[in-house]
Amino acid sequence: MELVIAIAVGVMFGSGIWLILRPRTFQLIIGLLLMSYAVNVFIFAMGRLWVDKPPITPVPHIDPTQFADPLPQGLVLTAIVIGFATTALYLVIMIGARGLTDSDHVDGEEPRE
Amino acid sequence: MLLTSLVLVPFVGSLLAALMPQSARNHESWLAIAVAAYGLIVAGLLFPEVEGGAVMREEFAWLPAQGLYFVLRVDGLAWVFTMLVLVIGLLVVLYARYYMSPEDPVPRFFSFLLAFMGSMLGVVLSGNLVQLVVFWELTSLTSFLLIGYWHHRADARRGARMAFTVTATGGLCLMAGVLVLGHIVGSYDLDVVLAAGEQIREHELYLAALVLIALGALTKSAQFPFHFWLPHAMAAPTPVSSYLHSATMVKAGVFLLVRLWPALAGTPEWTWIIGGAGVCTLLLGAFIAIFQHDLKGLLAYSTISHLGLITVLIGIGTPLAMVAAIFHILNHATFKASLFMAAGIIDHESGTRDLRVLRGLRHKLPITATLAIVASAAMAGVPLLNGFLSKEMFFAETLHVGGERNWWMSYAAVAMGMFSVAYSLRFISIFFGAPAQDLPRDPHEPPRWMRFPVELLVLACLIVGIAPGISIEPILNVAVHAVLGSASPDYDLAVWHGLNLPLLMSVLALAGGVLLYVVLRRHFDLRERDNVPLIHRFNGAQAYETVMLNLTRAASWLLQRLGTARLQPQLLLMMIALLVLPLLLAGAPPAWTQIPLQDFDPLFAALWAIGGGCAIAGAWMAKYHRLAALALVGGTGIITAASFLWLSAPDLALTQLMVETVTTVLILLGLRWLPPRIEPGDLKPVPPRTVWLRRTRDLAVAVAGGLALAALTYAVLVHPASDTIADFFLLNALEGGGGSNVVNVLLVDFRSFDTLGEITVLAIVALTVYALLRRFRPAPESAGVPPQQRNTADPAHGQSPAEQANSGYLMVAGIYLRLLLPFMGVIAVYFFMRGHNLPGGGFVAGLIFAVAILVQYMLAGTAWVESHLHLRPHRWLGLGLLLACATGLGAWLFGHPFLTTHTAHVSWPLVGELHLPSAFVFDLGVFAVVVGTTMLMLVALAHQSLRAHRQPGEDAAGGMN
Repeated sequence: MELVIAIAVGVMFGSGIWLILRPRTFQLIIGLLLMSYAVNVFIFAMGRLWVDKPPITPVPHIDPTQFADPLPQGLVLTAIVIGFATTALYLVIMIGARGLTDSDHVDGEEPRE
Repeated sequence: MLLTSLVLVPFVGSLLAALMPQSARNHESWLAIAVAAYGLIVAGLLFPEVEGGAVMREEFAWLPAQGLYFVLRVDGLAWVFTMLVLVIGLLVVLYARYYMSPEDPVPRFFSFLLAFMGSMLGVVLSGNLVQLVVFWELTSLTSFLLIGYWHHRADARRGARMAFTVTATGGLCLMAGVLVLGHIVGSYDLDVVLAAGEQIREHELYLAALVLIALGALTKSAQFPFHFWLPHAMAAPTPVSSYLHSATMVKAGVFLLVRLWPALAGTPEWTWIIGGAGVCTLLLGAFIAIFQHDLKGLLAYSTISHLGLITVLIGIGTPLAMVAAIFHILNHATFKASLFMAAGIIDHESGTRDLRVLRGLRHKLPITATLAIVASAAMAGVPLLNGFLSKEMFFAETLHVGGERNWWMSYAAVAMGMFSVAYSLRFISIFFGAPAQDLPRDPHEPPRWMRFPVELLVLACLIVGIAPGISIEPILNVAVHAVLGSASPDYDLAVWHGLNLPLLMSVLALAGGVLLYVVLRRHFDLRERDNVPLIHRFNGAQAYETVMLNLTRAASWLLQRLGTARLQPQLLLMMIALLVLPLLLAGAPPAWTQIPLQDFDPLFAALWAIGGGCAIAGAWMAKYHRLAALALVGGTGIITAASFLWLSAPDLALTQLMVETVTTVLILLGLRWLPPRIEPGDLKPVPPRTVWLRRTRDLAVAVAGGLALAALTYAVLVHPASDTIADFFLLNALEGGGGSNVVNVLLVDFRSFDTLGEITVLAIVALTVYALLRRFRPAPESAGVPPQQRNTADPAHGQSPAEQANSGYLMVAGIYLRLLLPFMGVIAVYFFMRGHNLPGGGFVAGLIFAVAILVQYMLAGTAWVESHLHLRPHRWLGLGLLLACATGLGAWLFGHPFLTTHTAHVSWPLVGELHLPSAFVFDLGVFAVVVGTTMLMLVALAHQSLRAHRQPGEDAAGGMN
């Protein structure tokens, strides 16, 4: 499991890096999406991997070692929602820039070859 | 509290003054007068104790952990300066009432002036050095604002900038000096620092502290080589010049030197640095003043020279010199403030300040002329006036400098005396001779109360000059004792000390000054000279401008060499830094203690084979096949959500799934506005070598980055977890937070402040998106109806989305999805309600609800939905934030900190016992904000398709409505 998650994070992050280095705005937004998945999973994994031990405590006085770490989960939950907001903002800037500059290059103008 | 109110009241007054209407000139001045009068009363109440030599302190904890306290402290010196600030302030306010024209925005003026008064009082009353620097910078700031008061004038802006740059830079040096001083002594408290003189002077950092503090003081008091800003500050309204730039603010520098005299003085370094700067300033200022053509310019250079005189006295540093320095500070403030006011009256009445034009004013302005002549006689050091007394003390002190044989300091003093007589004569020459005929305005005596401050100050000059022993000596004593303590010398302020060397010097200076003036006027064409002889090449202002210009040039050169506006190189650098820096910063890896791995599950691996494949394929397709790329990345998102579920994070899985949905819809809405990008197919040209190299480089960075993060993840995962705060949350969620879903309790209770911040960000982003889209203009090629909708063979052609859904080919789906709306609403409520104990909560429920509405939009189009459903996303946003904040504030009512949760147990009929934590209401706020945000963004984006069909320019004001 650990190896799978590690490879998954690496693949998503690598694809993300490749995409954010591309010249078109759409590639950038997809790259940012992939990078945010990678980073979210990465942060989540900092609480280690737990199967079938969700942090839901039905009774008081439980043994905390028998539950998944809730802290990274809480942080990642907010990160997902904020990520959605920033993606929306980026998208609007992307289409706005395209309307203003008539180009979908990240610099707002076609590169001079 | 008395002391505190002394500093606080002017700031409150400043705020009030700012709120008054434009035309309230009288109210403004009454307010300012009341503030100053209040201060005077308080200062008067303090006098009996101060006179007894007591030091009063008021302390507040500021950063107690850092040993910083906000201390207000009044002793004799502080008291005398407080009086100076308040008395001159009161007179200046009265004067300004008549000086400012009704067209000027007076609220701004009085507001700044009062803020300055508060800052200056803060400087003199500070009992903590760091706090003193803060107020010090505030005086620089208010001075900047006041110099630039007439900001439509280029010279005012330039002067303000110059003054601020110089004094604020000095202030930064002072800050550094104070920190060094604090390091040496171990405390920033003034009393402690003053008592540690020996320790400071013997410390190896003494010179550093001295130089830095001197830089602060010398820039503030316009000492050579920083004097150039003061003449340019004369662009300020004359009351400001009179108050800030002659009587008080420029005295802050010398005040600080006097204040720190017990701690820093008494070394050769002190004398050389302070005294040296003072001598240069005094000669330079006095000499240049003779050749000014602007009335205020002359007074400005004269101010520089007198400040130099005070600085020299402080530099000499003997007890008697200190007495003379404090005495001259008071005297100079008195006569120079009155002279500035007189200059303002002349300017106000005749419309010019040009010394070449003004003459014969004594006929039109007899009283003002008399007052100004007396004041300038005080400036020149004529006997029976206050300037004479302190100048003679100065002469007496210069005789002691450098031993019995060294006369250079005395020569310099006499030369300065001569120059000052000469420029004083130049100043009063405007009152004599035939009346000028070519003045812009016909001068008259000013209003009674505009002249009153001048009269009062000139009267003070006379009283102090004639009877110093009974008028000023008690006050001076108080200040001197506060500084010198047991070292206070016996001195005798008297007009006549018998025939002695200082008197001879005075006579010499007077006679020489008159002679110099006559010679210059007769033979050197004083009126027509354009520049100062001999030293006109030394232009401080020019040097300043050159330095500024070169700094700007250097900055833009650096920017050109090291910066780029292009995004790709920036991101590449960032990624490389992300790779390299942690490697450099990380120390040796900790011991490799592996924990038993979880069981390998082939299904999980298969899941990620798909997820990883989707990610790579998405990266591949993003250039030419946007829709495919979006779908593929969505696949990765779904797999991520599934893994969250697998790995015991049901809340994350739910949220990820809903966000995934909304994001995909969002980007789908945006796709339409991007330019078409068709894959070249078989005719694909061979990419040039540079492109190939670039791609290889990027690929290498991407692979390296991916490998690095994978390695890091793996390294962390095989290590046992250290103790975290997680246990606390797990143990207390149910008992303390009243919920068994720890993640939800974490969000709405333990870390609810964080969540409050987050929903605020959401609301801001939503409003930003909305605002950006209001001005959105699509590119012309994507403005029309998309080609897919232009196919006339399609039966749906020409139908509106509503028709398609109500009676067209989407009828079945339409009915079905409309039926679904209430169910989805119920599901949202369900997830919301159970959120505290089971997976769910405000975020998830909000997203579900948003999707429920979104589906209706997708089906029947914007127009139909909005005619049937009145959604006001802005209100959802506002209401949500309000709910969340109100819940937080509610805790205050019960005396708990912000956002403390309280659980109420309510038993309802039918439902039974319900425990209702206040976090529930908070979560409701979160829900509303999430719904509002999502709806606002998606709807704003969806509306663009409606607008796009209109002709560009038709809807210039734009906006969704």
